[in-house]
Amino acid sequence: MQLTVEDTIQWLKQFNDRLSEQKDYLSQLDRAIGDGDHGINMARGFQQVAEGLDGDFDEVSDVLKKTATTVMSKVGGASGPLYGTAFLKMSMECKGKDVDAAVLADMVEAALGGIKQRGKSEEGEKTMIDVWAPVLGTLQEEDFDAERLKQTAEEAMQKTEDMTATKGRASYFKEKSQGHLDPGAVSSYYLFAELADVIGKGA
Amino acid sequence: MVGILLVSHSAKLVEGLDELLKQVVGDVSIVTAGGDEDGNIGTHFDKIQAAVEEAGSGDDGALVFYDLGSAKMNAEMAIEVVESEDVRLVSYPIVEGSYLAAVEASIGKSLDDILASLEKEFG
Ligand SMILES: Nc1ncnc2c1ncn2[C@@H]1O[C@H](COP(=O)(O)OP(=O)(O)OP(=O)(O)O)[C@@H](O)[C@H]1O
Ligand SMILES: [Mg+2]
Repeated sequence: MQLTVEDTIQWLKQFNDRLSEQKDYLSQLDRAIGDGDHGINMARGFQQVAEGLDGDFDEVSDVLKKTATTVMSKVGGASGPLYGTAFLKMSMECKGKDVDAAVLADMVEAALGGIKQRGKSEEGEKTMIDVWAPVLGTLQEEDFDAERLKQTAEEAMQKTEDMTATKGRASYFKEKSQGHLDPGAVSSYYLFAELADVIGKGA
Repeated sequence: MVGILLVSHSAKLVEGLDELLKQVVGDVSIVTAGGDEDGNIGTHFDKIQAAVEEAGSGDDGALVFYDLGSAKMNAEMAIEVVESEDVRLVSYPIVEGSYLAAVEASIGKSLDDILASLEKEFG
C-alpha cells in the first residue's frame, strides 16, 4: 500500500461527499444526545477543506496540514479541535515520508494520542475514540486489507450504541445516552470507510 | 492589571456577564468570545484565538473562563497556538470565578495571587 498525494486528496473529497450526504443523519444522531450540530459542523468544515484541495502539494503531509488548519477554524464545536488535532498529528507524523502501511499506522497512532489529549478522554467513553482505537489495531496488523479496515470501523461505530457517554455533551444524559450511536463515532467511521475505499482501489 | 477572558457558546451569556462584572468593577479589562462565527450558539476557534491574543497583550497576564466542553478545547488550543504563558485557562465557575477575579484584578492583585484565591474559594 502506498498513499500518494492524489489518493489523499481523493480520500478527503470522498469524505466530504459522504458528510454532505449524511449531514442530516449526523445532526439527528447528535440531537438525541447532544445539541444537534454535528452534521452541520462537519459538512460546513469539510466543504471548505475540499475547496482548498485544488492547489499543488509536494507531499501527503502538506495536504493533511492544510486540512488541519481549515478544520480547526471552520468546523467548530468539539469536533473542530478534535479532528483538527487529529489531522495535524497525522501531518506531523508523515512529514518527509512516503505513506506506506507502517507510516499510516504511525499516523493514526499519533492522531489518536492527540484526540485523547485534547478531549482528556479514553476508550469506552462513547466518543470518536471508540472508532479510532480499534482502527489503529487493524492498521498495525501486518496484512490488513481494505475490507477489514472498513469492517473494523463499522463494527466499532455500532458498538458505541450500547455505551454510556462519560465525555462531551452526551455525558450529561448519563444512562439515557445508551441506545444511540455516537455522532462523532459515525463520522469517524465515514472517514475510515472512505480511506478503505481509496486503499481498495489500489492506493 | 490582570485581564479576564470569557469564552462561551453564547454571545449573550458573555455579554451579560461582561455587563455584570463591569457594573461592579468598572476599569477591569474584559474580553469576550461568545458564539460561533455568525453569533449563533457554538464556539469558533478563530474568534477565540483573536480573543486570547487580545487578552494576553497586557503586561500582567489574563485568566480564561469557559462554559462547556468545546469552549475549553478551543481555548486550550488557542493558548497553545498563541504561546502566551501568561494566559491561563481555569476550570472554576464562570460567573462566580470571573467575579472574584475581576474584583481582585481591580485592586491590583497579581495573576498568581488571583489563581491562589480562586483555588481557595472553588478548588
Ligand atoms: N472530550 C471528548 N473526547 C473525545 N471526543 C469527544 C469529546 N467531546 C466530544 N467528543 C466527540 O465529538 C462529537 C460531538 O461533536 P460536535 O461537533 O457535535 O461537538 P459538540 O459536542 O456539539 O461541541 P460543543 O461542546 O460545542 O457542544 C461526539 O459525538 C464525540 O464523538
Ligand atoms: Mg454537537
